[in-house]
This record gives sequence, C-alpha cells and structure tokens, in this order.
Amino acid sequence: MASTGDLEPTHYPARRAAQVALHYLNTHHGSPFRVFGLQQVHKASAEDVAAGGRKYKLDFSVTDWGSGSAGPALRCSADVLFPRTERHSAPKVELHCEALQQINSTAQEDDAFYQKYISPDSTVSARDIPDSFGNMSEEMQPFWRLARVAASFIMLRESSENTEFNMAKVASITQQESSEEQLMLEFVVLLHDFPSQEIVQWKLLASWSPDRGVRVLQTEWQPRCPHATKPPN
Amino acid sequence: MRLYLAVFALLAAVHCEELFNGDQVLRINAESENHIQILKKLERDVDSGLDFWTHAVSTEQPVDIRVPHSSLYALKDFLKKNNIPFTVIINNVQEHLVREREEMVRNAKMESKTKSFNFAAYHDLETIYNFMDTLVANHSKLISKVNIGSTYENRSMYVLKFSTGGEKKPAIWIDAGIHAREWISHATAVWLADRIAKDFKENRAHVPSILSQMDIYLMIVANPDGYVFTHISSSPLSRFWCKSRSATSNPKCHGVDLNRNWDAEFGGPGASDDPCAEDYRGPSAQSEIEVKNIVKFIMSHGNFKSFMTLHSYMQLLMYPYGYIGIDAPDWPELHDVATKASKALNSWHGTVYKVGSIFHTIDQASGTSVDWAYLRGIKYSFAFALRDTGEYGFLLPADQIVSTARETWFALRYIMKYVCDHPY
Repeated sequence: MASTGDLEPTHYPARRAAQVALHYLNTHHGSPFRVFGLQQVHKASAEDVAAGGRKYKLDFSVTDWGSGSAGPALRCSADVLFPRTERHSAPKVELHCEALQQINSTAQEDDAFYQKYISPDSTVSARDIPDSFGNMSEEMQPFWRLARVAASFIMLRESSENTEFNMAKVASITQQESSEEQLMLEFVVLLHDFPSQEIVQWKLLASWSPDRGVRVLQTEWQPRCPHATKPPN
Repeated sequence: MRLYLAVFALLAAVHCEELFNGDQVLRINAESENHIQILKKLERDVDSGLDFWTHAVSTEQPVDIRVPHSSLYALKDFLKKNNIPFTVIINNVQEHLVREREEMVRNAKMESKTKSFNFAAYHDLETIYNFMDTLVANHSKLISKVNIGSTYENRSMYVLKFSTGGEKKPAIWIDAGIHAREWISHATAVWLADRIAKDFKENRAHVPSILSQMDIYLMIVANPDGYVFTHISSSPLSRFWCKSRSATSNPKCHGVDLNRNWDAEFGGPGASDDPCAEDYRGPSAQSEIEVKNIVKFIMSHGNFKSFMTLHSYMQLLMYPYGYIGIDAPDWPELHDVATKASKALNSWHGTVYKVGSIFHTIDQASGTSVDWAYLRGIKYSFAFALRDTGEYGFLLPADQIVSTARETWFALRYIMKYVCDHPY
C-alpha cells in the first residue's frame, strides 16, 4: 500500500515524515523563545532500504511559531529513516536547514529568562497551559515552549509512519530544584496523535540552560483511562 | 403646510402619549379630476386639522390623510356626499404607534443582543442555543429553527434553516461540532450564521442570489452531548472529549466517533471496533441517534445538493473518498472547486489550506459523513479541517475565532455559489 518514489507533498505520508524532521529540529534548536512548525513540504520521495526500513527524502519549509505568520520561512532538507523492526525503534533523522544561524538570535531573552528562574527561591508551578479557551499568560509562554521542545524528544522517539504527533496541552509544570546550573522542570504533557486521534499523557523531567539547551532526563507514559494497560507503541 | 406639520410633529414627539387616540388614516381613491380639486381644496384648509400624508395630485395615486378623531365623522360624511371612495387603512393611530414603538424596542433589544454577542469567544451550549433563538427572532422572515431530534442524553438537535421560501428548494447542508473538542468549528458556525443573515439583509453578494435559488441548512452543534461534556472542566478527560456520550459494551468507556458511524463502507479499515478508542465506529452503522437524526432529515428532504462539515485542526479542505484511495468519479471537478475555495480562503489572511481527498490527506477512514453524502448522490461534499496546524491544536485561542470564521466564509461562499451555478 505504501508508495515508493515521488510522494505528493500535500498528502499525509510526506507530512508525517516532515513532522518527524520538525521534532528533530526542535530537540536541537528549540528554546524557551523558539519553536519551529511546519510551513509546507515542497518535495518528497520515499524508498525501501536494504536493512528493512523506509527512508524519506524531504524538501520543506519551517517557521518559528514565535514570529507568527509574519516570520521568515526557513528552507530545510532532511532524510528520515523509519526502521522496520520487531519492536518499535525511533526514526533516524539527518537534517539541514539553510540560514539557521542567521535567524534572529534569542540569546537576550534566553538569558533574561534563565536569570529570572535559576534563583534557588524560584518554584514555578502551573496547570492547564493553555486553558480550555486557548489562553496562556505571557509569563507561561516560555515554559510552554520548553515543554513543547522537551515533548519533541518523546514525539520523535515514539514516531512511526503511522503517527503524527503534536503537543495538545501542558497539563502541569513543576519547577524542581536546579541542578548543575540547569533549570529543572517536571512537565506533564498531552500529546495528540492525528491519525488515531488519541491523546496520550507523558510525564517528563527536563533540564535547560542557554548553554546546554534542552535535555530530557526521564520520561514516563501515564495511563489516562483505567482500561489502558500499555503505551501505544 | 410643511412648517405647520413640522411643528405639530415636534409637539407630538414631545407629548407622544395619547395624542392620536382614536385618529384614523383614510386612503382616498379619487376617481375624477373633480375629486382631485375637492381634495386639493380640503388640503388648503389649514384649520381642518387634517394631516395629508400624501398629496392630491392625480387619480393614479391614492391620497392618505390622518384624520383627528373629532373630525372623523364630518369628513367621512363629506366624502360620501361627494361620492369619493375611501378606506380606513389605520384604524387607531395611537394603538398603531404603540405597537410600532413596542416592536422597535423589541428589535433594538434583539439587535443589541446579537450586536453585543461576543463572536470572539467560545460559548457553552446554552448560550449558543440562545444565540440561535435571538438570530431567528431578528430575521424571522429568513431564518427558522428546525428540531431534528434528540441526542442520547435527550438534548435537542437544532438546524437553522435559511430560506426565502418555496417548497423543498435545492439545499446546502453545513454542520459543525460533530467532534466535541473541535471548538473552533462551533464558534465558526455561530459567526457564519450571523454573517449569512447580515449579508442577506444588506443585500451583499452572493448571499441573496444563492438564497433566491437554494436553501441553506446550518447545524451549529451536531454533537450537543459531547460539547457539554467538554465544558465540564479543563481536565483533559473533559476538554478533549471527542465522541458522543452513549454507553458502549465496555462499561468503562463511553461514546462513538460520530464521524465513523455513517453508513458508508461502515466496518472497513480506518475506524476501530474498540469502544475505548477515539475512532470507535460504534456497534453498527447509524447506531448513534445523532447520526440517525441527521440521516433521516436529509433523506426525507431529498433535495440536498451539497454537504459540508467543519472540523479542526490541520487546515485541510477535503473531498471524498475517505474509505478508499481511488479517485471519486467527480474528482477533477471536486478538486478544482476545493482548490479555488482554498485560494479564496487564503486571500483573506494568507492562511494556507491543503486540498485533497480524506484518504490521502488524513488517512483511510470508513463510515465518514462526507462519504455517506457523496454515495447518496450529494455531489458537492466537502470536509474542512480549520485552524491551526498543531501549534495550539484543539485549544485555538479565542482571538483567532473571527479571522478563522471569516476566511472560512470566503471558501464556503465560493463553494455555495458554485453549487448554485451548477445545478444537477
């Protein structure tokens, strides 16, 4: 059923693979003031590979959600390999975006944010970001973006050709004691998988600093319904 | 005469109450030049107290006169003696004024209710239902509310019918909210209802011409039970509820995906038979009362030419099929219409929608409403997935409602005009 060769850029196989590349991009270049979203796929192709997987070649554009529709689009190309193994294993991504270094640096905002919350007295704690109506305070926005970046690690890891993840909501943010000059944040995030329409909940512990970026230290899948017994994959 | 009337009118305005009690307005139908001369002379008599609303000019035009109560008998006698025919067109001017004033006040209240209705906010079911009633009252000649049946939890399912009259004119169907958590779809539909009414009232293209040939049926909340459930709390189990609220074979899991429950390749791949799954198809096609009500309504009407459904998110404009990857017989035309509609949408804010069949843009899906409509011969069947593309997803900020609704309107209007221009 899956097609090999050129793919229609507006159809879901190309879009799902591009979304995986986006998750990868965000794990590497996301920050409290930068999260990338897919603008559109320009070209895509796929082929089965020798080791039993499927490799997608993509040409696509991304935008920084922070700058809105007015922001510049970055052109990227990526190879996304979905392994075909007994048990699920994470896709492998090779990514190149032009002019990545040239987009406006968020170093100032990153530093200000870091200085504000690295203090030992800081105990940020919040729920429902955004709320049911899409509202989010300005103070929470960088935390929401950090959650989104941290969630990208999970979404990247859990992705397959049959999934398309986005972060639906941050259920809770609880700042932990800082460690090794890293902001430590415990998030509970809700991920939405577009094909199955399922919402899955994950708890994770992440660290961040302007120097080291986002690192995810622990993840834990959380059953939401009493009947659920195991994670999707 | 004019000055006299003006002063009189001013005084009347100041002392409005009871000034015209018992006064009548007579319509005089002059039949000869002689009659005209008599009426002209009457009008020249300033002391008569007669208030000529229209002047005696020719036998072609009636002459309307407001006659003070005290002069009524005398004037009627005079007209009869001269064989000048007349009729009483307003029996009691005071009563008439009171009724008119009451209606104006009522209208102003209604107007301010819809004017003050906040389209840039998400509203609960009761507020939306009240909005519908207000809209109908404000546009009672154009819009009526049709109750097409009850939900699982016994709530009414309403459709707004926009019609300029006629028997079962060819019709367009638009529904929103079949998936409860997709709040932008309900909010968009609320705005659309108001916009269609406004465009008709203000004679703005293409609504009057569309409504002269077709009726529009707009169902703002296709899944009321689910929508109410999403308002219970901000907990994900509530706000992200998608399905209906019916009991299933699993006591721990409720609800059916109403967009997998239609009799269109029901049971095929692209839906689940696990009651706990988000895309649970239900035990059988049309098992859900909500789907059954819509099906019954559309089938018994029998003259729908277009079926469109609003969802979120992903910014897609889709056409059949969902259940299979082959092109629908009308694929070239549907693709062309959808492409042009998405361009119309894009022209407003630059929002980019992708166009394609459900199967190819989302995934294989069986038992969908759009497939059902198309397989029943409703050729122009489309599904919208509104904003955004994943940044906020289901939690689209309310400040995007109006721009989303407006750009969606441009696409819908294009499609409706096309359907109108291409009868079949």
